[in-house]
Amino acid sequence: MTVAQTPNALNFDCETGNYHTFCPISCVAWLYQKIEDSFFLVIGTKTCGYFLQNAMGVMIFAEPRYAMAELEEGDVSAKLNDYEELKRLCLQIKRDRNPSVIVWIGTCTTEIIKMDLEGLAPKLEAEIGIPIVTARANGLDYAFTQGEDTVLAAMAHKCPKEAPKAEAEKNERNAISKLMNFGRKKEEVKQEESEYKDHPPLVLFGSLPDPVVTNLTLELKKQGIKVSGWLPSKRFTELPVIEEGYYTCGVNPFLSRTATTLMRRRKTKLIGAPFPIGPDGTRAWIEKICSVFGIEPKGLEEREVQIWENLEDYIKLIRGKSVFFMGDNLLEVSLARFLIRCGMTCPEIGIPYMDKRYQKAELDLLEKTCNEMGVALPNIVEKPDNYNQLQRIKELQPDLVITGMAHANPLEARGINTKWSVEFTFAQIHGFTNARDILELATRPMRRNNNLKELGWEKLVKEEAKV
Amino acid sequence: MKLAYWMYAGPAHIGTLRVASSFKNVHAIMHAPLGDDYFNVMRSMLERERNFTPVTASVVDRKVLARGSQEKVVDNITRKDREEHPDLIVLTPTCTSSILQEDLQNFVDRARMDTQGDVLLADVNHYRVNELQAGDRTLQQIVEFYLTKAKKKNELPQEKTSKPSVNIIGISTLGFHNQHDCTELKRLMAELGIEVNEVIPEGASVHNLKNLTRAWFNLVPYRELGVMTAQYLEAEFNMPYVDITPMGVVETARCIRKIQQVINAQGATADYEEYINNQTLYVSQAAWFSRSIDCQNLTGKKAVVFGDTTHAIAMTKILAREMGIRVVLAGTYCKYDEDYFREQVSEYCDEILISDDNGAIGDAIARIEPAAIFGTQMERHVGKRLSIPCGVIAAPIHIQDFPIGYKPFLGYEGTNQIADLVYNSFTLGMEDHLLEIFGGHDTKEVITKSISADSDLNWDKEAKAELNKIPGFVRGKVKRNTEKFARERGLSEITLEVMYAAKESVGA
Repeated sequence: MTVAQTPNALNFDCETGNYHTFCPISCVAWLYQKIEDSFFLVIGTKTCGYFLQNAMGVMIFAEPRYAMAELEEGDVSAKLNDYEELKRLCLQIKRDRNPSVIVWIGTCTTEIIKMDLEGLAPKLEAEIGIPIVTARANGLDYAFTQGEDTVLAAMAHKCPKEAPKAEAEKNERNAISKLMNFGRKKEEVKQEESEYKDHPPLVLFGSLPDPVVTNLTLELKKQGIKVSGWLPSKRFTELPVIEEGYYTCGVNPFLSRTATTLMRRRKTKLIGAPFPIGPDGTRAWIEKICSVFGIEPKGLEEREVQIWENLEDYIKLIRGKSVFFMGDNLLEVSLARFLIRCGMTCPEIGIPYMDKRYQKAELDLLEKTCNEMGVALPNIVEKPDNYNQLQRIKELQPDLVITGMAHANPLEARGINTKWSVEFTFAQIHGFTNARDILELATRPMRRNNNLKELGWEKLVKEEAKV
Repeated sequence: MKLAYWMYAGPAHIGTLRVASSFKNVHAIMHAPLGDDYFNVMRSMLERERNFTPVTASVVDRKVLARGSQEKVVDNITRKDREEHPDLIVLTPTCTSSILQEDLQNFVDRARMDTQGDVLLADVNHYRVNELQAGDRTLQQIVEFYLTKAKKKNELPQEKTSKPSVNIIGISTLGFHNQHDCTELKRLMAELGIEVNEVIPEGASVHNLKNLTRAWFNLVPYRELGVMTAQYLEAEFNMPYVDITPMGVVETARCIRKIQQVINAQGATADYEEYINNQTLYVSQAAWFSRSIDCQNLTGKKAVVFGDTTHAIAMTKILAREMGIRVVLAGTYCKYDEDYFREQVSEYCDEILISDDNGAIGDAIARIEPAAIFGTQMERHVGKRLSIPCGVIAAPIHIQDFPIGYKPFLGYEGTNQIADLVYNSFTLGMEDHLLEIFGGHDTKEVITKSISADSDLNWDKEAKAELNKIPGFVRGKVKRNTEKFARERGLSEITLEVMYAAKESVGA
């Protein structure tokens, strides 16, 4: 299905092929760490649990704050009462861990047996006295990082509708607990009100590690923009207030559902910007927010130039080389745009799902970047077929393939450099400062191979690459 | 519904895929939603496999749900048949897609009409059996399919091999130390003068399955995979099998004696006593280790053993019989094999625990406070929390179970590896005495780890908090680089802005 064919426009294909990505329930792996007073309950089968444990390799560390509600034959055949079963488990969680929120992660199985989680949750949260957030992070509808999207979209409904009044007095009383808890955002960025320009409240959405949250908040502060809150916050009890008319802006390309929910259900205004990945994207992101608030951005151009200069040692390793994205975490377009700006070429961007409206600003920037760098526009392939992609890789012999974990070792064995896409999901890649970290990851295979190149260990499989 | 923090055995389809992808030129098609094909990740990452895992997910999405999957599944089977010409395609659902109750057998029948290779539906109930049972069943199903086919075509070889020969059944991909065990078993068979006829499923071709019956007997080293196949071959083709796991000096000898009995009953005249004696006393170091002063100090120490049936039983016997260690508790998560487990270990341990609830095992370990644990990765973590050393002896598999070096658990080299594992798991001999006598190694507390001593630079509160959030192993480096940056610029106060500026400039 070709949308546009003119050489200067991006080409979108949809292969609807057999492809591999991680299951969207994997979002619990980072969300439970981000939201410190949460408990994630994945309601699914042994297949789901074994994935979290063995492929993600995280279950063992998480024991206190996430678990499986493992569905057994009696649940699937509807012999047991869902409400009673979930109540039993949630009461046990309340007794053992006492979280501020229980997040139910629905799976493919709860979809197929049509378990009415959204219907059960309000009744049960009233009965046990703990808020329950219900997200359908299933593989029938979503891929990998979109799991976070389903959770944040559900959580957006739980954000307070108006700011509480007697905030000052409450803070006073909690002084000691605040002292012991320096991770808290409000403290991290001590804000002199006068430093900020007058603008409508802005809430950012997307789960980022705390240092990155601080970093991006500071970048905006430099422009006189105050971030009123982040979705998600470090604690469920500190979810940001979202009033009608607030402005919202996303930091990740996979959050289209959250964006829609914030617009339609919470009546906020969405700032559609490229994503703050790479110095180019970060600058464009800040500039877009500034422009919406009528603020003249200061010093961004110099800042971007400065960052690029500092990246030169890495960039010279990849300039003129090609990168192929097999598609996994939906960060592909932003990363490709940054790497093209670094001087790479990119024949193909595979991506599990492409929301052309939510990613519009990013796609425009990609197009602009390609034109400015004088390189061909990449072919964007939605729901790619991995087998076909491997044939294309064999033909194109790209210098770097960014791929899911299933294909990395076999490609390496055939002399093709790879980098795991999941590393970009977990690494700190947002903002000016972290651009270096993206290149640290992307250039590692090249640097490693420079170390090994004298040895002649290129291909480590005997027969002609069989895929 | 069950609240689960940990799973000892995987879901059924993992067992099926382990067997299917162990064979050469067999492809598996999973009828599953996106993300359920993580078997490929496990195989590629844990086994460090160089080849693409021969498993393709035929993705079930919302559209497929609405339309039914027949067209898509059949298309994917015939497509794979065209692309790679596998000898056999095995179709399997997952727990999830098995609920759809689609007539997968019908899909397979349809696909067969258009394929060159064979197509099979893995006959497994995804809610009643786990990975291990499903693997056992799938192997038996594939063997039966090809033997029945050969019989029909009159292609079954009638003769046995001229020399005594064996089929080794149950070596598979993603099995606990399986590759090394297989090498060790082949070596053992060679030393016994027994030809290895076939090894299945790892590296086997389905075309050669008809030759299975040429072997004099079958060896099933693991209780979890291969028993059903061996029983089928015994019932249909009158092939005897040996299912004594050759793990530990005593059991290895028992296994060899059983082999001798089985082949001599078919006309051989083997006498392995001298070989066993020589290996036990002079080649393997394990018997000597048992007799050495080091092991003397282990006498009566308390240990907990937990794992799959095969390894938990073998380890219990080794500790109790060969090393004089007191096994206070022996347990398994293979609940389906409870009777066999009890029968095998009851005389070697104080207490038996049959459970797949990691909490129950953790609690038992905390209550018993053994000197060492021999268990799975889960027990290793329990041990860490309780400061009890743990040697890992069983799946669930972990990247550590695929060492690059040679580390079998079976045969005589296996006995050496196990002796090392046991010895290194306990606090070592003399060290133990010294600790008791002098109350520990260190008389002083560790002095500060930071290399840059107190500096003239002042870190403000936010910067300090930020510094504390940086992982410990790089914190020192970040601190030094930031301070260097600040000094070069004559800054006396380090704020968050200074930290980030330093990072941008030097990559601190």
